[in-house]
Amino acid sequence: MSGHTSGSTDGDEERTAGMPGPAPEDRPHPEGRRNLEGTRIDPVVEAEHDTRRAVISALVEDEPGVLARVSGLVSRRQFNIESLTVGPTTVEGHSRITMVVEETDPGIDQIEKQTAKLKPVISVGEVSGNAITSELVLLKVQGDEPDKVHAVTEMYDGTTLDADSETITVELTGDETTIDDALDAFDQFGIIEIARTGQTALAQGTVPTAPGEKPGTAGEPTTPNTN
Amino acid sequence: MSDSAAHQRDDDPEETEPPSASDADGSGDGSDPTTTGTPDADGTEPTDGTNATGATSVVSALEAAGAETAFGVQGGAIMPVYDALYSSSIRHVTMAHEQGAAHAADAYGVVAGEPGLCLATSGPGATNLVTGIADADMDSDSMLALTGQVPTEFVGNDAFQETDTVGVTRPITKHNYFAGDADSVGDVVGEAFELSRVGRPGPTLVDLPKDVTQEETDETPGPAEAPPGTDPNPEARADAVEAAARAIERADRPVCLFGGGVIKGEASDAARSFARTYEIPVTTTMPGIGSFPEDDDLCLSWAGMHGTGYANMAITHTDCLIAVGTRFDDRLTGGIDTFAPEAEVVHIDIDPAEISKNVHADYPLVGDAETVLEQLTAAIRTVPDADEWREQCLEWQETYPMTYATPDDEPLKPQFVVEAFDEATDDDTIVTTGVGQHQMWASQFWTYTEPRTWVSSHGLGTMGYGLPAAIGARVAADTMGDPDRDVICFDGDGSFLMTLQELSVAVREDLDITVAVLNNEYIGMVRQWQDAFYEGRHMASEYNWMPEFDKLAEAFGALGIRVDGYDEVAPAVEEALAYDGPAVIDFHVDPEENVLPMVPSGGANGQFALSEDQL
Repeated sequence: MSGHTSGSTDGDEERTAGMPGPAPEDRPHPEGRRNLEGTRIDPVVEAEHDTRRAVISALVEDEPGVLARVSGLVSRRQFNIESLTVGPTTVEGHSRITMVVEETDPGIDQIEKQTAKLKPVISVGEVSGNAITSELVLLKVQGDEPDKVHAVTEMYDGTTLDADSETITVELTGDETTIDDALDAFDQFGIIEIARTGQTALAQGTVPTAPGEKPGTAGEPTTPNTN
Repeated sequence: MSDSAAHQRDDDPEETEPPSASDADGSGDGSDPTTTGTPDADGTEPTDGTNATGATSVVSALEAAGAETAFGVQGGAIMPVYDALYSSSIRHVTMAHEQGAAHAADAYGVVAGEPGLCLATSGPGATNLVTGIADADMDSDSMLALTGQVPTEFVGNDAFQETDTVGVTRPITKHNYFAGDADSVGDVVGEAFELSRVGRPGPTLVDLPKDVTQEETDETPGPAEAPPGTDPNPEARADAVEAAARAIERADRPVCLFGGGVIKGEASDAARSFARTYEIPVTTTMPGIGSFPEDDDLCLSWAGMHGTGYANMAITHTDCLIAVGTRFDDRLTGGIDTFAPEAEVVHIDIDPAEISKNVHADYPLVGDAETVLEQLTAAIRTVPDADEWREQCLEWQETYPMTYATPDDEPLKPQFVVEAFDEATDDDTIVTTGVGQHQMWASQFWTYTEPRTWVSSHGLGTMGYGLPAAIGARVAADTMGDPDRDVICFDGDGSFLMTLQELSVAVREDLDITVAVLNNEYIGMVRQWQDAFYEGRHMASEYNWMPEFDKLAEAFGALGIRVDGYDEVAPAVEEALAYDGPAVIDFHVDPEENVLPMVPSGGANGQFALSEDQL
C-alpha cells in the first residue's frame, strides 16, 4: 500500500502483494490492433476512415417531441451534423426530417441505426445516389451599391425581397456549392444579417428518398423500419 | 404529502370545477358522487370506484397486460391512479423513496422476466425516479414507470410540482409518452408495457396528467400491443449465418462471450448447448453472469476490468469471438485497439445499432439470441479443431487463479464473506449488489450457475442499488412461488448509506432478505484508484463516519449483527439466513484490500494488473 492512511485505518507496509501469476510484461501479447472504430487493422488496408458528407432522410410520425427526439439523439451521441430541416410530406401526419452530416462510414451507419430505433421514425436512410439538395438563404447586405448588389443577385438567380437606403435583402436558393459561391460574392458589400434554412433533399428520379418510401404514391412507406 | 395536497387545493382552483361542468351537461343526478360529494383535501372529488376514469383504465390495462406488482410512492398528481389501485389485484409495495421504487421494479423485472412497474407523482417524485430509469436503460431492463403530472391546463406554467418529465426522461427511456386523454390512456399504458419488453428491452414511461386520470371515460382498453415495427424478426439472415458458421468451423482459438442479452432473451439453455456442442470456452460479461454455469469446465468466468485473468487472456488471444447479446462496453473491452485484436468477431444482437458500434462485427447476426444460436447450430458442420486452445485456456486458469490471502495479522477479507455465503446457500440464491469494490468481490468470489440470480447495476454503476433491488428480487421470488429462495444483498458501507431507508420497507413487508455490508469505511473503489493513480490522496473517500449498521438495523426493526473476525463469519451467516425477515450483517473488513485483477481504464485486457504496483 502506498500513500498515507488516516482515520480508523492503519497503513501496513507488510501487506500481501496481490494475486499470483506472471506480470503483464512477462505474458505473450498478440501483435494485432484495432482502430478507433473497432475494426481490426489490416496493414494492407487503410487503418482509419475518412469522414464524408452524407444526406440522411427520415420519414417520421408528426407527433409532439419528435424533433426533440431526433435532435437530442444527435447531440447526445456526438454526431457531427451540419443541418437539420423538418417539414410536412404528402401524407397527413408524416413529416420528413433531412439531416446533413459529416461522419465516417461507421458513423453514418450509427446515425441511421440509432435514428431508426426512435419509435416515431417510420423509415430512415442515406439518400442514395446523387441527392438533389437545396437550401434557402435570406441575406441582408449594405445598400451602398444597389446596382452591383442587383447584378450579383441576378447572377445567382436570387430575388430582391426588400430594399431601402441602407439595406438590401435578397433570397437565394440552391445547392451547397451555389450558396457558398453566392455568399462569397455578396461578402464584398458587407453582410449585415443572414438566415439559412439548412439543406433539404430528395433522391433523384424514381429512387425512394427514405427506404421503403414509394415516390408517386403519396410517399407512404410500405415497410416499417427494419435493419 | 399533506403539504402538496394543501398547495394543490390553494393553487389549483380548477380542480373544483368538474362538478359544475358535469351538472351543466345534465348527466349528473342526485346520487352521483361526482356532483354531490365534497371535495377532499386535495380538491379531488371522492369516487365510489364504479365510474370508469382514465385512472381505472390505466389499472385495467396494467392488469390485462399481466402486471402483478407495483413499487411506488404516493403523491398529489398520481393520487387518482393510486385510488384506482385500491380495488385492483395488483400488489402495491410502498417504498421509502422513489429511487428505491425504480430500482425495486428494475430488479423485480430482472428476476421475474416481466417488466417491473413503478409509480411516482409529478415533479420530485418523477425526478427521483430518474436514476432508476437511467439504470434500467443502461442495462436494457424492461420496466414501466408511471408518473403523475399536473393537469394538462397547467402544463408549461411552472405549476406546483411540475417537471417536464417527458423531456427529462427522453434520453433515458426506450420511449416515453405524454397521456393526452382518458379515452386512450389505457391503450397507451398497455403499449408502453409491451414496448418495454419486445426486442431489446428497456424502460418506458407514461406521464399522466391529473385531469386525464380523473376524467371519466366509456372506453375500455384493448389488449396491450407493442407499436408496429418494434417487435423485430427473431431470425438472422441465412447467408450471414452460413458465413459465420464457416468462420467458427475454421477457428483455431474460438471463445464465446455471453452478455446480458443471453439472459434477457431466455437463451441460456441454447447458449449452454451451443458452447458444449462445439466445445468452445466461454467468457461472459458482467451482466451475462449466470448465462453459463461458472463451475462448468468450459467456463472462464467474466472478462473485463476486474474479470478473471484467464478470461482476459482468452479474449485477448482468440481468433474467433462469438459475442452474443453484448454491447461491448468500455469496462469489458478496455482499450479498443487491444481488444481481441486478432479475432474475427461474430456478433449476435437483437439491436442492429449495436452491430459495429464499438467493435467491428465481421459476421453481424441481427436477431434473437436463442433463435440465432439455433440457426448457427444447424449451419455449423464440424466442431472447430481447438484442443490445443482449450489446453491453453485451462493452463491460464492455473496460472492466474482467483485467490486471496488471509494472513493472521490482517483484518477480515471481504472475499471470505462472499464465499461463506455462497457455501451456505443454494444455487438458486439471488445476489444483489450496490456498486463498488463489494460488487466486484460479489461477482468474482461467488460461483453463479443460473440466469437471473445476479442482479446488479452494471452500465450506470448506481451506488445504492443493492437494497431496493433485494426488495424487488424478494417480492419477485415470492410472487413466482419461490419463498424459500434466499436473497442476499452484498453492499458497501457507502453504497448502503445511499438507500438504507428502504430497510423500513423490508421490515414492514416482512421480506426475508439478508444484507451483508462489506464495511471498509471507505468508498473503497475510489480509495483504490486514489492509491493507484492519485498518489494516495484520499480526498473525500474516507468513510470512518459511518453509523453502526447493526444498531441501525435494529432501530428499523430488522436483525442486526456485527462481525469483526473470521470466527464470527459462519455463525453470523447462519443466524441471518435462518432469520425469517430482513437481517443486516455489518462485516468490518480489511479497509486496504484491493479489487484484483485490474485492467486500468483504456488499458489492454491481456495486461491486467495482479497487484497494485503493476498498475
